[in-house]
Amino acid sequence: MLKRDRWRLGIVAIVVVAALVTVFPISGKINLGLDLKGGAHIVLQAKESAESKVTEDSIERLLAVLRNRVDQYGVAEPVIQREGRDRVIVDLPGIQDPDAALELIGKTAELEFRSVVEATASVPPGPQRPNYDSDEEFQRAQTRWNEARAQIESGRENLAKKGEGIAGSRVSKDDEGRYYLLGPVLVGGKDLVDAKTQYDNLGRAVVGLTFSSEGARLFDKATADNVGKQIAIVLDGIVISAPVVQERITGGNAQISGHFSPAEASRLSIMLRAGALPIAVEVIENRSVGPSLGEDSINSGIRAGLIGASLVFLFMLLYYRTLGIAADAALAVALLLIFAGLISLKATLTLPGIAGIVLTIGMAVDGNVLIYERMKEEARAGKTPLAALDAGFKKALTTILDSNITTLIAAAVLFYFGSGPVRGFAVTLSIGIVASVFCNVLVTRALLQHFMGGRGAAGSVPHRS
Amino acid sequence: MKTMFINFMQHRKAALLISFVCMAASLGLIYFKGLNLGIDFTGGNVVQVEFAQPAAIEDIRSVLASIGQGGSVIQSYSDRGVIIRISANEEEARRQTVEALRSKFSGMQVIRLEKVGPVMGAELRQEAFIALILALAGILIYITVRFRFRFAVVSVAALVHDTVITLGLFSLTGMEISSSFIAAILTIVGYSLNDTIVVLDRVRENWKNLRSQGIVDLLNTSINQTLSRTINTSVTTLLPVIALYLWGGEVLRSLSFALLVGIVAGTYSSICFATGLLAEWWIRAPQKD
Repeated sequence: MLKRDRWRLGIVAIVVVAALVTVFPISGKINLGLDLKGGAHIVLQAKESAESKVTEDSIERLLAVLRNRVDQYGVAEPVIQREGRDRVIVDLPGIQDPDAALELIGKTAELEFRSVVEATASVPPGPQRPNYDSDEEFQRAQTRWNEARAQIESGRENLAKKGEGIAGSRVSKDDEGRYYLLGPVLVGGKDLVDAKTQYDNLGRAVVGLTFSSEGARLFDKATADNVGKQIAIVLDGIVISAPVVQERITGGNAQISGHFSPAEASRLSIMLRAGALPIAVEVIENRSVGPSLGEDSINSGIRAGLIGASLVFLFMLLYYRTLGIAADAALAVALLLIFAGLISLKATLTLPGIAGIVLTIGMAVDGNVLIYERMKEEARAGKTPLAALDAGFKKALTTILDSNITTLIAAAVLFYFGSGPVRGFAVTLSIGIVASVFCNVLVTRALLQHFMGGRGAAGSVPHRS
Repeated sequence: MKTMFINFMQHRKAALLISFVCMAASLGLIYFKGLNLGIDFTGGNVVQVEFAQPAAIEDIRSVLASIGQGGSVIQSYSDRGVIIRISANEEEARRQTVEALRSKFSGMQVIRLEKVGPVMGAELRQEAFIALILALAGILIYITVRFRFRFAVVSVAALVHDTVITLGLFSLTGMEISSSFIAAILTIVGYSLNDTIVVLDRVRENWKNLRSQGIVDLLNTSINQTLSRTINTSVTTLLPVIALYLWGGEVLRSLSFALLVGIVAGTYSSICFATGLLAEWWIRAPQKD
């Protein structure tokens, strides 16, 4: 081996050592995407309405309230960030119950206490066929039920007409289909200082409220004015209960009893403590993966990768023999570099990203194949092994660059346009291409020259490098 | 060392015919049968659940029908796991579906759920289209600069060939097209080009023999000189992709299927289609130099 060629071996050694130090020990060093570690990815779109416009300020406040809610719910390493003008991305790793998370984040949680002016009857449950002896009876029951429903609907129109005369009034429904005409807001969620889950004497979950001093004063007055009448507790425009006020309540404490499960009560408490969203939102995308599926995905990805890599290693060894060893060594270094690259770029590994790595295993040896086939041709043309090696590398180099640059163009476009998992694919593919070109050109060459130089062929052929 | 010589150009018309028939069939399938676009593109609700005991599809379907979700698409990937695409778009419909299933099959677990709003789906469709156009344009420019314009045109024709045939097979099998499919298509574009470039690169190198050899012989020589590389690289790329298809799990199946088809089509197109086109073009309209 000529002295000039030593630099190549030196660079390779330095890079490999640096990569080893970066990669090992590997546990916990790679950022896993939500599709691998499990969790919820939610995209919210702010909905503009007459009362609340989408402004810089309202979006900032929206982010703050969301952060507050998520923190109180207890999620490790959540990501809450703004996207574009009116969208917010919420990533919640490790969430067990995606529906609960969605409730927690997507609900405005605007709490209001209003006086009840008038209410319709509730909609009775619809008739069930098994409870009737004949089809005719069932039909009659259904007709009666439809009439009752229509009556309640017309009651709603009456209430709406009456409401036009009362400032600040609104018509709301409860979950039994009953309509209420409600007076103006007496006390609202902004007058609260605390909310927590409590249990009443029947053991049912309720939400205990503590008002601020201003809230306490308002609530005191509201209950004093409405003794013997109903006060409706309205959440996001839906009446959750409408108890009759037994007596004036001083002291600034109240309870909301709906038909809550303990989990629901605790979520409502969190939302009330964190405050209402300053602007209503709509969930436009939600991808949640349970932790077990994520683990399965990692395992099957690793399995496919190992099988694929072994097959490629074997193929190169069988087809190219000694040269195959150098190619396999280069492939091993390329894989090492891919992981080192992922770690040092702090890139996120996703499931398609794993696919990208597996694909790279196959494409990485392409450079070696190109070089080796060229070397065979040169040897056939009568060159000595070392001269063939030199010519093979030189002639194959432009081809390797050309063919890899086009794949990089595709990967770059993918990175720019893709989102989440797909972007992860573009990242591993790009890192893989760069790593494999490096390995083809430097690692393989250094190894081969070392092999051949050792056999005493060095110096017999003039070569430039 | 043995050298093999196959006269590919002798059969170029047959090869081109095969390619055009496959492309026409693919376009016909896409037009008449359509593509099974996933919720990433159309918007919608998908739940993946796993039951405690093996569950029959008919039972699941009847539960869904009882709550008015009979139009849902149920796909089982193991005897205990199914992926359900709910026909209605609302959050509420999904919640009802999960509740109904849970009350019928106790111990059922929701392991994945995805909801994409129609707005997001429309945006993705548009972005995918722009991405594909941009990638093709970028590649066309690169090859034109590095090679000659005709090479760029036949390479891009080969890309279109591979992409159309992949889409055609997706239409034929009814396999779902999700956002990772875009990743697969762009990778196929990159790979197929890689393959075509290696052949064309050799054509460029041999170009000095054009006058003495003629275009047909020149192409034949170039293809044969690069043939073992083309085949070996296809094999080494296919091996891991096959492993991915067989053992990579349900979520990656459509991605790896697309790669599989694309790589086979890409290998064929770089050996037979791109070169065949180049030969016919040159024979009909030779250029100076």
